Amino acid sequence: MTDQKHILTPGIVVNNLQFYGLVALRVLIGWHILYEGIAKLINPYWSSAAYLLDSKWIFSGWAESIVSDPTLLTISDYVNMWGLTLVGLCLVLGLYSRHAAIGGMVFILLYYLFAPPLLGLEYSRPGEGSYLIVNKNLIEACALFVLYTFPTSHLIGLDRLLSKPASK
Amino acid sequence: MSENSNKNQSADQDRREFLKALATVPVLGLFLVNLWQKLSRDKLKRANLLSDLVQEKKAPVVISGLSDSKHLNIGIIGYGGRGSHLVRGAGFATKGWTDATYENSKNNKLDKAFATFMSQEDLNCSLVGVCDLFDVRANQAIDASQNEVRPGGKPKKGAVRYRHYKELLANMNIDAVIVATPDHWHSRITIDAAKAGKHVYCEKGLTRTFDEALNVYDTVKRTGITLQLGHQNRQVEANEKAKQIIDQGLLGPINLIELTTNRNSPWGAWVWTIHPDGNSKTIDWDTFQEPSPNKIPFGEEALRRFFRWRCWYDYGTGLSGDLFSHDFDAMNQIMDLGIPKYASSSGGIYFYKDGRDVPDVWHATLEYPEKDLTLLYSATLSSNDSRGNRIMGHDASMILGGQSNVGSVGGFIVTADQESTQYRERLESGVINTKYPIYTYSPGSKQIDGVTSATSQYFANKGLLYTYREGKRVDPSHLHVKDWLDSIRGGTQPKCNIEVAFQEAVTCAMATESYLTGRRVEWDPKNRRLI
Repeated sequence: MTDQKHILTPGIVVNNLQFYGLVALRVLIGWHILYEGIAKLINPYWSSAAYLLDSKWIFSGWAESIVSDPTLLTISDYVNMWGLTLVGLCLVLGLYSRHAAIGGMVFILLYYLFAPPLLGLEYSRPGEGSYLIVNKNLIEACALFVLYTFPTSHLIGLDRLLSKPASK
Repeated sequence: MSENSNKNQSADQDRREFLKALATVPVLGLFLVNLWQKLSRDKLKRANLLSDLVQEKKAPVVISGLSDSKHLNIGIIGYGGRGSHLVRGAGFATKGWTDATYENSKNNKLDKAFATFMSQEDLNCSLVGVCDLFDVRANQAIDASQNEVRPGGKPKKGAVRYRHYKELLANMNIDAVIVATPDHWHSRITIDAAKAGKHVYCEKGLTRTFDEALNVYDTVKRTGITLQLGHQNRQVEANEKAKQIIDQGLLGPINLIELTTNRNSPWGAWVWTIHPDGNSKTIDWDTFQEPSPNKIPFGEEALRRFFRWRCWYDYGTGLSGDLFSHDFDAMNQIMDLGIPKYASSSGGIYFYKDGRDVPDVWHATLEYPEKDLTLLYSATLSSNDSRGNRIMGHDASMILGGQSNVGSVGGFIVTADQESTQYRERLESGVINTKYPIYTYSPGSKQIDGVTSATSQYFANKGLLYTYREGKRVDPSHLHVKDWLDSIRGGTQPKCNIEVAFQEAVTCAMATESYLTGRRVEWDPKNRRLI
């Protein structure tokens, strides 16, 4: 059992510990993103406006355009709510996981870029930790990139049913 | 046998294959169970909060329809800061204003002033008469009446300028007038307009003195005209909501109300710009000071008084008529306070020692023994430490305005009291926590405002710049003018009608009188006099 090898991609073979570590990482990040999406869906007062309004750095102009246009803001709200829910669900279930990992990475990287903890940028929203350039968003986005490069859902996950013949 | 074994092996492999594919599905199950538990807990919690107790009545939707019934011709008497705002509320802005706000909206996408103006309902009226004692402003009003950039498109006809308000009132084609002069002119113009059969929108405070208030009240009642006093807070959604909550007794017995004003800028202290074109040729100074108790010749001092009239008792009543009147009227709207039995006030000129004679720090105490209630008002013009307005009940307190922490404009929060009787069980069981509001009302929370200047922010927090109808941002001044015009057409009473206007005028006069005489002033309702 301990010697079992798992073929992630033609060039990447990992052992049990490495494999289940990756599966756990995928499921945990999926859980987090799924709840981020659902929490927004069930809160009738949630809007991306507050986050966007506090945007600093290169995307602040873009954020302002979204906030000032009710249609764009509504689209942004829906994309966030449903996008996160879908990405989270896919990561947990292992369905189209690589696409979901990329999607999740784009979402979270955007959250980082809209409000990065760079030197000299002050935010009115209170932060939940202490960050200097690197914050949890950046780390989670990076972890999703790792999940993209080390896919596991074709072995543990619904993707296994879709990509069946290979393992036989 | 080997075929069977192969079959078994294959079935076993399929099963294992399937199990591996579904291995993480139980995680989703675990997620859903926890989500369900969280949702039921939140639901239980919410059921114990005020939000479920409050009938979810929305503020009245803007009623369209009456505007079509009859075209009205209006006149403006006094086209200064408020006058121009009210005329905009009726649908007429100067080209300078529409150009500048359009430009602002292009540079700052969050600035919605232009869009809000253009989406105003066309009130089916014309601005036909203008009277201002300063040529520049009279010309601006004429410009506004002719500007084609307006809701409803091209104006029907331009305005004529009248040198004296009596000439304007003599125009038989004018149905109604907006009076936005300094306070010392309010009663004379309102009374003359009422006698001429014109409906009146009068800026607050209704009058400068108590006697004037009596005369205005009697004349308006006798002539039957429609009077609207300029407290646009009457249109603010948050006040309607606050009234519902208090009417339902959710705050318990209320014995103390604290209203506050904080401003900290020369503009906020009425040190307004002296127009460079203001001189003896462009300003009719003698007419301006005609009703004021003290007269001075035209000169630099007169210019200061003309443009900064709120700083002198000759023309207004300082904080009392300007800002206390707003907060008092909002509270009268929410709690039907009426005129207090006693009023006392104190204060001084502590910061702006610029020759003014009205206080810049001023407080008033109103006593309502029959309602077991005291109302405190406290104002400073030299600190922006916004304190909000508080209605303190035995069971819960309501804080209105000045609450940037909940990101609301003109909203409020209700927080339970630790010693509440009504909520005792819920407090003991921990469902209600005094650290968190049990009800938060933040209108338009899904919309964003680009209100930038400190004074604009002051008004916005009090809900005087913008309010919301069905989540859409509207200018309460527009709604207030509309309410007045609709009442004229429909023969109904507007929201800030003569009855509540009289209560405002007497209350403010009592507080002013107390400051000026240094004694407590009593209202004698039977004989309609101050003791």
